[in-house]
Amino acid sequence: MNWIQIASILGAAFAVGVGAIGPGLGEGRAVAAAMDAIARQPESANTLSRTLFIGLAMIETMAIYCLVIALLLLFANPFVH
Amino acid sequence: MMGSPLRNPVLFTLGPVPITEPVIVTWGIMGVLVIGAHLLTRRLVLVPSFRQAALELVIDAIATQIRDTIRADPAPFLPLIGTLFLFILTANWSWLVPGIEPPTAHLETDAALALVVFAAIFWFGIRMRGWRGFLAGFAEPTLVMLPLNVVETFTRTFSLLVRLFGNVMAGAFMIGLALSLAGLLVPIPLMALDLLTGAIQAYIFSMLATVFIAGALGEDRSLATKGKSA
Repeated sequence: MNWIQIASILGAAFAVGVGAIGPGLGEGRAVAAAMDAIARQPESANTLSRTLFIGLAMIETMAIYCLVIALLLLFANPFVH
Repeated sequence: MMGSPLRNPVLFTLGPVPITEPVIVTWGIMGVLVIGAHLLTRRLVLVPSFRQAALELVIDAIATQIRDTIRADPAPFLPLIGTLFLFILTANWSWLVPGIEPPTAHLETDAALALVVFAAIFWFGIRMRGWRGFLAGFAEPTLVMLPLNVVETFTRTFSLLVRLFGNVMAGAFMIGLALSLAGLLVPIPLMALDLLTGAIQAYIFSMLATVFIAGALGEDRSLATKGKSA
């Protein structure tokens, strides 16, 4: 196991670990705001939850990008032959 | 599923075309959906039976979602969005059949689905607004936004692809890991979570496709809203 492989594994773990923090915080804020809005106006829960789902998917994409980077490092690393 | 999720081993070649496992599973799902839809809609009557009522419930739910999102008559979009939803849902849940890996856990299937949405954005945009109106839509709200809008058209297609792939693949990978680490009962909660994720991702993919198509239609589409359905 050479240094490039060690660095790749560390980089992959780091990418997912750190990359999940931001979207996690963001999704928490989004859900909290949506809960607040539903508590105030229960009749608009349908519209709110649809918008919430779409927004969560958009936020979540950032974490998924980190996952894809980690996968590239682990399985399709251009520096390891 | 413990090998590289980015690689697809070729099972056999059909003439010059290499055939991989997701291709076979995809054709199987397509066959099941087509034959199932044909059998279920064979005898439609005015006073619906139980089977037809359940079917109408599904179609009506999808149509309501499209109408609420796009704020126009859902009829032109229902075939595409409904098919996308049902196909991705079936594909995400296909691992319930032992030995089958969901084809959406491979990059190629998701790329094909995202390309369909990409083409649909242009198709509906040009059909509803004409060439000139559709191209002018890229310069909304001001001309300064033109490069951003053009780039966005490509990046959101890419994000559709990556989102579906990442979620489904991560679910399948987690189950594989749990199975290889701890035997019988441990993966079951993960599998239940994966069922939920599969359904949500199918919903999100079709809803985002609807939102993107609605964006291509512009602001001046026929506001044939049937009022807000609660």
